[in-house]
Amino acid sequence: MLLVELRKLVRRPRTWVSIALLAGLPTLVAVFLKVTGIGPRPGEGPAFLAEVLNNGALFPAAALALVLPLFLPVAVSVSAGDTVAGEASMGTLRYLLTRPVGRTRLLVVKLLVTIVFVFLAVLIVAAVAFVVGATMFGVKPLPSVSGQTIAGPEASWRTTVTVLYVAWSMLGVASIALFASTLTDSPLAAALSALAALVTSQVLDLLDAAAAVKPYLPTHYWLSFIDLFRTPILWHNVSRGFAIQGVYIVVFLGAAWANFATKDIKS
Amino acid sequence: MSVAAAIRTEGLTKRFGQVVAVEGLDLEVREGELFGFLGPNGSGKTTTVRMLLGLVFATSGRIELLGQPMPAGARAVLPEVGSLIEGPAFYPHLSGRANLTLFDEAGPPGPGGGRTTRRRRVSDALEQVGLATVGRRQVRAYSTGMRQRLGLAAALLRAPRLLVLDEPTNGLDPQGMREVRDLLAKLVAGGTTVFLSSHLLAEVELICTRAAIVHQGRLVAQDRVEALLVPTGRVEVATPDLDRATELAARLPGIDLGEPRAGRLVVQLDGTSPEALNQHLVEGGVRVRELVMVRPSLEDVFLALTRGGASDAAG
Repeated sequence: MLLVELRKLVRRPRTWVSIALLAGLPTLVAVFLKVTGIGPRPGEGPAFLAEVLNNGALFPAAALALVLPLFLPVAVSVSAGDTVAGEASMGTLRYLLTRPVGRTRLLVVKLLVTIVFVFLAVLIVAAVAFVVGATMFGVKPLPSVSGQTIAGPEASWRTTVTVLYVAWSMLGVASIALFASTLTDSPLAAALSALAALVTSQVLDLLDAAAAVKPYLPTHYWLSFIDLFRTPILWHNVSRGFAIQGVYIVVFLGAAWANFATKDIKS
Repeated sequence: MSVAAAIRTEGLTKRFGQVVAVEGLDLEVREGELFGFLGPNGSGKTTTVRMLLGLVFATSGRIELLGQPMPAGARAVLPEVGSLIEGPAFYPHLSGRANLTLFDEAGPPGPGGGRTTRRRRVSDALEQVGLATVGRRQVRAYSTGMRQRLGLAAALLRAPRLLVLDEPTNGLDPQGMREVRDLLAKLVAGGTTVFLSSHLLAEVELICTRAAIVHQGRLVAQDRVEALLVPTGRVEVATPDLDRATELAARLPGIDLGEPRAGRLVVQLDGTSPEALNQHLVEGGVRVRELVMVRPSLEDVFLALTRGGASDAAG
C-alpha cells in the first residue's frame, strides 16, 4: 500500500513542481547576492545570509531559513491537506476504502507519504543550496554564529540535526493539515485551514499582548535551529521546539484518526 | 433456507441528524441471482449501497455480505466484492491501465488478486468492457461512457463473487447499455451475484430475476420481477380518426376515457380486454394504426403497490 501511494506521489507533476519552486527561491537569492555582492548587514536580514558571501557552506542553512517561514509550510499544507480530501474530491476515496484499504492504514500511509515528501523537499532544497552555495561562494570551514569555527564532521552533524528539526516542524504542519483533510472533501479548504492556523500563530507570535501563549504556538520555535550553529550549541529552544511540535503532532494526528475512522464517507 | 444469501440486511436504518435516509430495511439477495434495487433518486439507494460496503455506518440494524457481518468483516469479504458507487472515479493524469493497476495493488489481494496475474487481469478487465484499445490513453481524455466502462472494469478486476453496481449504465448510449446487460447476464451465468441499484424500471425488468423497491428509505416490495410488474391496464391507440374513436370508446362498458396524449386515444381498461376494444373500434369504422398496452412506469408500480396493500411489506 505504501508503495502504491509513493508511486502516486512520484508520478504526480505537482510534487516536482512544488519542489522545484522551493529550491528555486534560494537559488534566485544566491544569484542576486553573487551578482551584486550586496549581502544583508551582519545581524540583519534572513539568518546566515550575511555570512554566505564569504562561505557557501552556510548556504544550505540559509536556504532553509529562507523557505521555512512561508514557502515550505505552504507546500506541506497543500500536500498534506490533499491527502484525504483530494481522494474524496476525486471520488477515489470510496473505491480505495472498498478495496478494502483500512481507514487507519490509509491514514498512516498517507502520513508516511507526506513525511517522505517533506524530507524529499527539505533534502533537495538543502542539496541544491549546497551546490549553489559551493559553486558561487566557495566552501570554507563553518564559522559559528558565536564566532569560532566549526570543523567539517561537526558541521555535517549540525546540518543533519537542522534538517531533522525542520522536517519535524513541518510534520507538525502536516498533522494539522491532515486533520483538516479528514474534515472536508475539498483539498483547497483543508490546505487553507492549516495555513490559517499557521498565519494566526505567526501573527500572535509577533504580538506582545499574546506573550502568555507564545511559547506554545506551533511556529514559535521554527527558526530555533539557528542555535545549532552556536558554540556551544544552545539546546534549550531546540529541545522545547521538538517537544512542542511533538505535542501538536500527537494531538492532531489523534484527532485526524478519531474523525476519519468513524466518519460516514459520502464523497 | 436452501440457497445461501449473498446480501442480507435486517432492520437496516440510517439517520443523518434528523433526516431518516433508510429505515428498517430487510433485504435478502440470494447467491447467484441478478437482483434489482429500485427506487427514485433520493430514496436511500445510494446510502444503502454505501452501508453494504462499509462506507457509511448504519445507525442500527445488521448487514451480512457473503455470510460475513459488515462492516466488521470488511477485510475478509470486500476483496471478493466488486463495486461501482455513484459513478466511476479515477486519477485523470494516469492512463486507464495505470489506474486499474494502482487500484488492483491497493488493499489485501483476496483469492482473485494475486500479484503475478495482475497484468493479465487488467488486460482482461479492459477487454471485457471494450476498452482494450484505449487503455493506454489518459483518463482525462475519456468520454463519460468510457469512464463508466472503466469503472465497470475496476469492479470486475478480481473476478468478484458479488458485484454491487449503482446505476452502471449511466452515461452509456443504447448500444453500450446493451453490452453491459449482456456482460452482466454472462457474469451471472458464470455464478456471480449481481446487486443492481437503479432508478430505471426498464433496465431492471430486462435483466433482473428479483427486485426490491424502496421509497423514502423504506422497502415497498421485494419479490420476483414478474410479480412486481402488475399491468397498468392502460392502452394507447394511434389513429387518424381520433374524434370518432373517442366517441366509440366512451360508449364501451368497462373503460375509463383518459385525456388524449399527442394525438393518441388514451383509455384505462377496467374489465374490457384490449382486443375487444380494438374490434369495437375497427367495426365502428376507426382506422387503427397502432394499439399499445402501456408498460408500467416506476411510479405506476409504486402506486399499484401502495394502493393494493402490498405496502405491508414495508412493515
